[in-house]
Amino acid sequence: MSSTDEYLVAQERKTMLRFITCGSVDDGKSTLIGRLLYDSHQLFDDQLAALEADSIKVGTQGSGLDFALLLDGLTAEREQGITIDVAYRFFATEKRTFIVADTPGHEQYTRNMVTGASTAGVAIILIDARKGVLTQTRRHSYLVALLGIDKVVLAINKMDLINFSQGMFDRIELEYREFAESIGLTNIVSIPVSALFGDNITASSSRTPWYSGPTLINYLETIDVSDGLDTSALRMPVQWVNRPNPDFRGFSGTIVSGSVKLGDCVRILPSGMQTYVKQIVTFDGEFVEAVSGQAITLTLTDEVDVSRGDVICQADSPAEVADQFEAHLVWMSTQPMLPGRTYLLKSGTRTVGFSVSQLKYKVNVNTLEHVAATTLDINEIGMCNINLERPIVFDPYTDNRDMGSFIVIDKATNTTLGAGMLRFALRRSHNIHRQAVSVDKLSRKELAGHGAGVVWFTGLSASGKSTIANLVERRLHAQGVHTYLLDGDNVRHGLNKDLGFTAADRVENIRRIGEVSKLMVDAGLVVIASFISPFAEERQMARDLMDEGEFCEVFVDTPLPVAEARDPKGLYQKARSGDLPNFTGIDSPYEAPLNPELRIETETTTAEQAAELVVAKLLSMGIIGPETSGRLRS
Amino acid sequence: MPQSERTLTHLQRLEAESIHIMREAAAESENPVLLYSIGKDSSVLLHLALKAFHPSTLPFKLLHIDTTWKFKEMIAFRNQRMADLGLDCIVHINPECVAAGINPFTHGSSLHTDMWKTQGLKQALDAHGFDVAFGGARRDEEKSRAKERIFSVRSAQHQWDPKLQRPELWSLYNVRRNKGESIRVFPLSNWTELDIWQYIHQQNIPIVSLYRAQPRPVVERDAMLIMVDDDRFPLRPGETPVMKSVRFRTLGCYPLTGAVESTAESVLDIIGEMLIATTSERQGRAIDHDSSGSMEKKKQEGYF
Ligand SMILES: Nc1nc2c(ncn2[C@@H]2O[C@H](COP(=O)(O)OP(=O)(O)O)[C@@H](O)[C@H]2O)c(=O)[nH]1
Repeated sequence: MSSTDEYLVAQERKTMLRFITCGSVDDGKSTLIGRLLYDSHQLFDDQLAALEADSIKVGTQGSGLDFALLLDGLTAEREQGITIDVAYRFFATEKRTFIVADTPGHEQYTRNMVTGASTAGVAIILIDARKGVLTQTRRHSYLVALLGIDKVVLAINKMDLINFSQGMFDRIELEYREFAESIGLTNIVSIPVSALFGDNITASSSRTPWYSGPTLINYLETIDVSDGLDTSALRMPVQWVNRPNPDFRGFSGTIVSGSVKLGDCVRILPSGMQTYVKQIVTFDGEFVEAVSGQAITLTLTDEVDVSRGDVICQADSPAEVADQFEAHLVWMSTQPMLPGRTYLLKSGTRTVGFSVSQLKYKVNVNTLEHVAATTLDINEIGMCNINLERPIVFDPYTDNRDMGSFIVIDKATNTTLGAGMLRFALRRSHNIHRQAVSVDKLSRKELAGHGAGVVWFTGLSASGKSTIANLVERRLHAQGVHTYLLDGDNVRHGLNKDLGFTAADRVENIRRIGEVSKLMVDAGLVVIASFISPFAEERQMARDLMDEGEFCEVFVDTPLPVAEARDPKGLYQKARSGDLPNFTGIDSPYEAPLNPELRIETETTTAEQAAELVVAKLLSMGIIGPETSGRLRS
Repeated sequence: MPQSERTLTHLQRLEAESIHIMREAAAESENPVLLYSIGKDSSVLLHLALKAFHPSTLPFKLLHIDTTWKFKEMIAFRNQRMADLGLDCIVHINPECVAAGINPFTHGSSLHTDMWKTQGLKQALDAHGFDVAFGGARRDEEKSRAKERIFSVRSAQHQWDPKLQRPELWSLYNVRRNKGESIRVFPLSNWTELDIWQYIHQQNIPIVSLYRAQPRPVVERDAMLIMVDDDRFPLRPGETPVMKSVRFRTLGCYPLTGAVESTAESVLDIIGEMLIATTSERQGRAIDHDSSGSMEKKKQEGYF
């Protein structure tokens, strides 16, 4: 065998490690990476010649090599003397190949560091031995922990400038370890190095006889990169439905955790269907087993409906399905994050609309304090509740980085605005075990976790309908019930803006509202309709559109003189003076309901009490579940 | 430390990542195309595409921007590969260049490359309305590429603008684009030159014979060995082509591509030479020497 042959055989066994280097300006990060490339003989003569020339021209090392110059990319940056982005570097040793995410410690540090850390398995935290643990060190470590990197190398650099003092090294290491443990980093290896002179980078340094741990390369070459392959459950987000001909229907994707074997029982989420693996198809032939990291195509024994965005899971250990989460959000755009605005979220291979329902606080990355906030600016990190337009399949980020991460995309410009990590579902959607049917009212109801129906408020103008309706919606929402409030404000200005207040128009008004409510109920919402709706017949028509038990008529019973005395908008006065024709109660009749589900006398009941009564009624009707979860028990 | 037996090797990981990228791009685009430039990186890219969509055929066409100045062996190889694989490759030749007779000798390498390749590529992308184009560029090729995204957004004018570039986290790629915008996708971003060769060897991927050493007629010009591939090459006074055993590390227009003296005939020999190589592959490209930061300029103009 030739030496190249032997080399290639060894090459074939190499594994790969991606890591990130973090440090403040001038800690020696560029020098360290340059050194790693240099020591692993990644530099060609022409690159070295260019480095020598550049070192003399713009370098900071006199006539010595300035390794930092190897890493500059864009000319504009070099001219400004700053680096503004994440750069990826490559080198290899006899055991492994490495991809280094090089992130500058400048202004955009949070965005860049989070980006670089997202693909890294190990973080090197660089410290200038003369300066010790700085604010920036804490900041970098927090971001490393936030992004779920649990293996940290504390590289205490510039040891040559402190005479390779063991005492100083020990002090820094102790201080760091205490802090790191407080934020959940426990797997820490500290190494005394000089990036400039190469001490403890590839070879053990004779200048640190007191240090018996691994060299940096040594550590990077041997740290476990299998990522819990044997212990975690199968997850494969479906990327592409592979259909070369009518006889073959495969599902292509990358296994992000666990492994899969022929005949394994799998569950497709979110549908919940269960089936078995028939084939593991690849260009290189069919496999018996495939493992985390491999890009494959599966065929299944049953003709199940699977599409892009679904996740194939281990049947006895499936992921969760939910649409409301607590999540960390890292904002990366100069356009601030606004709670309530709809953005797109891409997680795995699924993209859905979502909004931040609550920004609980933002994190000061220097002090780790929680700060009250109403928006997030670029480079800010917030703890949020988010609401998705459709449920997604997920695992918490701390359990599974691929299943718990997401990016935020602007709907208008399509740029990436931020990134996030799902912590947990706010309401745990039960894992779905039933055999799925086609999507109908019932399946939507199951997905939502509560029933659908209409709360129809009727009563005179100023009787108190809207006040109570609003309170009811707030309560239901807080319980995790999907609601929608229809009232004069959002209907009269849009859908029904062509209608006036003649009797005919009033009828048409209610007919349209009834039809819209029906669609919304079909979609699985609890609709709260708040309209005078003076005619019994139209209210009956609306009721008839719904199924049995879905229509809850609430009569807000306020006598005319009382309502007229309240007159908050001065409408009764106008009506009395003839400026407002066809006003209910004045010159247009109000037909009080005879058998409403609920009758509320506002003279003796407060709005809060009224809302309570309505929610209790919905519970007794079975439209919503018990208050603790808002969900129906199945 | 316990290392699972089943941990993927680095080539397996690179392969899987590239396949994942290609599937994402194809699934989220309407009219993708693979930019096929015949070289070793394109050969690997094509091989990975076949793997990504197997057993389906490729869900996109190939596009070659021809300059009429490519090595003859390249064109023959391209035609053979397409016939063997039964693939459809669109060949675009910039008609303005044909009309104006653009060539590297009278017009210089910059103008030649800009007109044939950059403008030619824009013409073809516009004519076919491609919204996503796969390219074989790698981050290790050149310093300015180290920060290039895997999904690189181009304006409607095909310009690369730093402000349009999006952060890329995890393996979540944002493939969405506005009307007129397009995305260049580089599935080989994380491969090094050595990875490419190892993979070609391991997978037995066909490559153009020009990568293998054989006696070829060359002249030495501006410290580069240039192969005289046809009689359009204007010899300077005193220049006579001599037969030398040479091979090429990168391929492009023959008058602009430097050869290296070598006896490496097999991929194994090539890798053997690489392991003791002392120059990086881009040195063989006249285009990089034009001005400092030239790759970056090319990128902004829409070349790659
Ligand atoms: N004495 C000494 N100087 C170092 C060492 N590492 C880096 N430096 C110097 O520290 C300065 C900043 O290094 P650089 O790598 O540019 O830092 P960066 O901003 O973190 O990338 C440069 O002048 C380096 O030469 C070291 O181990 N010992």
